Amino acid sequence: MTPEMGPAVERLVFLLSTGLARGAVLALFALSLVIVYRAARAVNFAQAAMAIVPVYVAFAVTSASGSYWLGLACALVTGALLGAVVERWLLRLVPQDNPLPGIIVAIGLVMVLQAGLAIAFGPDHRPVHAPFSQRPFDVGGVSVLSPYDLFVLIVAAVVMGGFAILFNRTSIGLQLRAAAFAPETSRLLGVRVPRMVTLGWMLSIATAALAALLLVPTGLGLDPHAADVLFVNAFAAAVIGGLDSPVGALVAGLVVGVLASLVTGYASAATAPLAVLALLTVVLLVRPHGLFAAREARTA
Amino acid sequence: MSTLTIEKLTVGHGDGAPVLHGLELEVPDGGVVALLGANGAGKTTLLRSLMGLVPARSGRVLLDGTDLTRLSTEDRVRRGLALVPEGRSVVVELTVAENLRLGTLWKTGRKRKGPAREAAVGQMYELFEPLARRRDAAGHTLSGGERQMLALARALVGEPDVLLLDEPSLGLAPLVVAQLLGVLRDQAEATGLTVLLAEQNVTGALSVADRGVVLSLGEVVADRPAAELAADPALRHAYLGF
Repeated sequence: MTPEMGPAVERLVFLLSTGLARGAVLALFALSLVIVYRAARAVNFAQAAMAIVPVYVAFAVTSASGSYWLGLACALVTGALLGAVVERWLLRLVPQDNPLPGIIVAIGLVMVLQAGLAIAFGPDHRPVHAPFSQRPFDVGGVSVLSPYDLFVLIVAAVVMGGFAILFNRTSIGLQLRAAAFAPETSRLLGVRVPRMVTLGWMLSIATAALAALLLVPTGLGLDPHAADVLFVNAFAAAVIGGLDSPVGALVAGLVVGVLASLVTGYASAATAPLAVLALLTVVLLVRPHGLFAAREARTA
Repeated sequence: MSTLTIEKLTVGHGDGAPVLHGLELEVPDGGVVALLGANGAGKTTLLRSLMGLVPARSGRVLLDGTDLTRLSTEDRVRRGLALVPEGRSVVVELTVAENLRLGTLWKTGRKRKGPAREAAVGQMYELFEPLARRRDAAGHTLSGGERQMLALARALVGEPDVLLLDEPSLGLAPLVVAQLLGVLRDQAEATGLTVLLAEQNVTGALSVADRGVVLSLGEVVADRPAAELAADPALRHAYLGF
């Protein structure tokens, strides 16, 4: 990078790099939706509310102990526990033969969790500090990623890599995938499918909590609705990616993040959701099952 | 390896009339028993009930004298029971190798470690040459014959004590059927595997079985040595309709 670069290029570089960091968070949250979709064959509409509960726990732990990392660890554990509790003691009791009762229970859960948080912690925004500076690095006079953005990207990459290894290289991952694709066949091979579904929920909500935790310092602060917009955009990204594909969630998350950043920078923040909606519409018109949907099975 | 005993088994779907009425059957250790009968005789229901996929209303299922009736499907598999269900039950989203590995995860009572699993999978590739050539292909790209081979290999690789098969020949070319049944017979002879084989392909099934059991409307109506059943036109006509 040289100092002669025009302000237009500087602006583009800044918007692209910011978009990547936001996209990484979106991709993580979209991945959490894909994991739960695979496990339960349903979109979890309570994902945002379930993700924000562990963030409050992290906030409380960090405030009390002074350690961001302890808060982060507590958020992951709380997310996993919340996923297990909601799946075992709530959604498993709901009739499974059609998705509607589950969706309605999930929406009810959103109200209970968000109202509960507002009662316990108050409805106000609470400022949350990032563990690293949010002042962008200056590379040859051009503002690029901040140290915190870099941290977000690294965490997202590590988590994605970890899931890739888990799903593709381990017995548990093989059982998770088999249980998702063919529950009865999996049971006939000795796989404890209900346990795999619970595990899927635990992984999903812990991942969603991590995404929300990474997002909160870059926004207005922590409130019970802090992850709602993240959920909407990540849901769009997950659908664009194919809803069943972790790779699709990653790619679409980054694309949606960069798109929203560019539109916010060149047009206005209010236009960004419309751009995401337009992208979603185009993708669904061209490829109704999403960009990375599984190929059709051979029938002959 | 194991004896499967079915005592007074009654099974029905929903509130309907029972499909199986107090069915009694013993599949002896190392025996290969052909389960014959027309559509609707209750063959599939019997096999699914033995695996715990359809609950029994009454009666018991014993494996070497141990009552399995209250165990879940997964636990029955871990005790040594295996079913190759109707319709080429390959997980089409997974590759051939992944399907086989899934079959190795839970062996009777104990988990096996890496090298033993690899060896078991290698053996299956030797038995089913077409699978070895397509080991990294996704299940949905396999032909019908290859899928049924994979379903059988995946059951065998888990080294079950009792193997149940639901119409493995359905919709397959005669040559493929002959090959599959041949492998089944050889495996049963080599390992002492106990087999209960439900089939519409009576000739094929009786050629590998040592006993034939005819099911009609949920009850056993004939139980004879396979050769006798295959050779006696009157029996065949009365029970099997040809």
